[in-house]
Amino acid sequence: MNWQAIRTIFSHEMARFWRTPWESLASPVVSTVLYFVVFGAAIGGRIQSVEGVSYGAFIVPGLIMLTVLQQSIANASFGIFFPKFVGTIYEVLAAPASFIEVVSGYVGAAALKSVIIALVIYLTALLFVDLPVAHPFWALGFLVLTALSFSLFGFLMGIWAKDWQQLQFIPLMVITPLVFLGGAFYSASMLPPFWQGVAKVNPVLYLVSGFRWSFFDQADVPVAASLLAVAAFLGLGIAAIWYIFRTGWRLRN
Amino acid sequence: MRPIIEVRDLSKTYASGTVALSGMTLDIREGEILALLGPNGAGKTTFISITCGLVTPSGGTVRVGGHDIIRDYRAARSLIGLVPQEISIEMFETVMNTVRFSRGLYGKKPDDAYLESVLKALSLHDKRDAKLMELSGGMKRRVLIAKALSHGPKILFLDEPTAGVDVNLRREMWQVVRRLRDEGVTIILTTHYLEEAEEMADRIGVIDKGQLMLVRDTSDLMHEFGRKRLTVELVKPLAALPVAIAGEGVTLSPDGAHVSYEYDTRADRSGIARLMAGFAAEGIQVRDLVTAQSSLEEVFLRLVEEKA
Repeated sequence: MNWQAIRTIFSHEMARFWRTPWESLASPVVSTVLYFVVFGAAIGGRIQSVEGVSYGAFIVPGLIMLTVLQQSIANASFGIFFPKFVGTIYEVLAAPASFIEVVSGYVGAAALKSVIIALVIYLTALLFVDLPVAHPFWALGFLVLTALSFSLFGFLMGIWAKDWQQLQFIPLMVITPLVFLGGAFYSASMLPPFWQGVAKVNPVLYLVSGFRWSFFDQADVPVAASLLAVAAFLGLGIAAIWYIFRTGWRLRN
Repeated sequence: MRPIIEVRDLSKTYASGTVALSGMTLDIREGEILALLGPNGAGKTTFISITCGLVTPSGGTVRVGGHDIIRDYRAARSLIGLVPQEISIEMFETVMNTVRFSRGLYGKKPDDAYLESVLKALSLHDKRDAKLMELSGGMKRRVLIAKALSHGPKILFLDEPTAGVDVNLRREMWQVVRRLRDEGVTIILTTHYLEEAEEMADRIGVIDKGQLMLVRDTSDLMHEFGRKRLTVELVKPLAALPVAIAGEGVTLSPDGAHVSYEYDTRADRSGIARLMAGFAAEGIQVRDLVTAQSSLEEVFLRLVEEKA
């Protein structure tokens, strides 16, 4: 195992994160504050509570999930797309490092960045609302696994994308709609029956629900189903990475 | 001694159907400079890319230091440093950070003292904290070499190291390459510049249409395929070639002041004695004689024509 290569890629990616603290940390925090103003203050004024939780607090886990999904994909896809774009990918491919080691470096850094941002958003939210965490261990578990899964997807997108437009396409056209329609800002039980059925086909609902359960001890779907969804995302990501490892798809052809 | 690189029946067909390499077999000796020469699309870069792990081969094997590049890729790649054709660097990085990154990828523990010695050897030490975007083109090329040397490889691949660079920089690169060879590094370089191959290489391999047409010692290749031209400067110009001198390969310059004779160095008889006897018989006074070997470019063109 080439641990040094993992450490090198990981440190290189984290250095980029700390080199641009404004883009890395301030932007997601500002976005979160805006969501609080729009959803928490404007809409929250009309919705006093959702299932016994104040609306302002209710949307926090969804907000965190929204950011974690977007940031994981953005960080990991950029992390591998950028060296492809400028041509420096050659030295990663020529290094005596397995694909798994390369993925671990990029994905590990992207996931850690997302987790840091999630914690910053959580701390920011504490300024606005009272937010106890019912199951801290599970909250961290859902957070880390989701960050890892979507960083893997981001990595895949970075390998798949041939230009900047493609790099933006899936986060904008697929992930953001899925998160908005996945109960980030409302409980699925607030929807009419037909849309409740539709929502349950949305895999992101299970992530948001599981994460929200770890805060408030209540969920739209059974916690086991949420765990299964996270495991499925992770499994899919790993399977796709394995395929690339075997075939060299878009990298060694 | 076992070759440091053994290529056997190597082939590559890209998904587009393009056959880049077809059945290439080659042994590369430890410590030599081998120049791979060929036109665009001949398969030179594909060969390098396969050996370095950038491209998956369609068939055949490559062993580096006795290690198969697929089954035992870690050991094989650890021996190799690669300098790509394009200047591919992260412009916002510093020189030192980018060579540290390259060393780390190869699994080597940080060793700034070693990296600084590499930078010194490449005249980059005073730029160690400069951002890559601040460097000149020549310095960027040297940074690529420093990155390739950061883990102390035994083999260095240089893919068209002097493509598009000026004459001074080209000579500077040649010096760097020679010094590395003197330190025992095996060097494989591809080039379009025939002069470069002739000047630098111990051996020359000629690739065309994905096939290795030949590999020879540079001097042997020049001797084997080389033709020489003898130019005779006359004291008095001639109106026409006298019969005693005229023959195959003999031409008179338009001003009549020079007689040229092109001959094959491989032939049993060069024909020079017969030519000179002709001058004597006709009483033609000779001022000077000059011989010149044909360039590698002419050799290459002849070789391609012969195979066609």
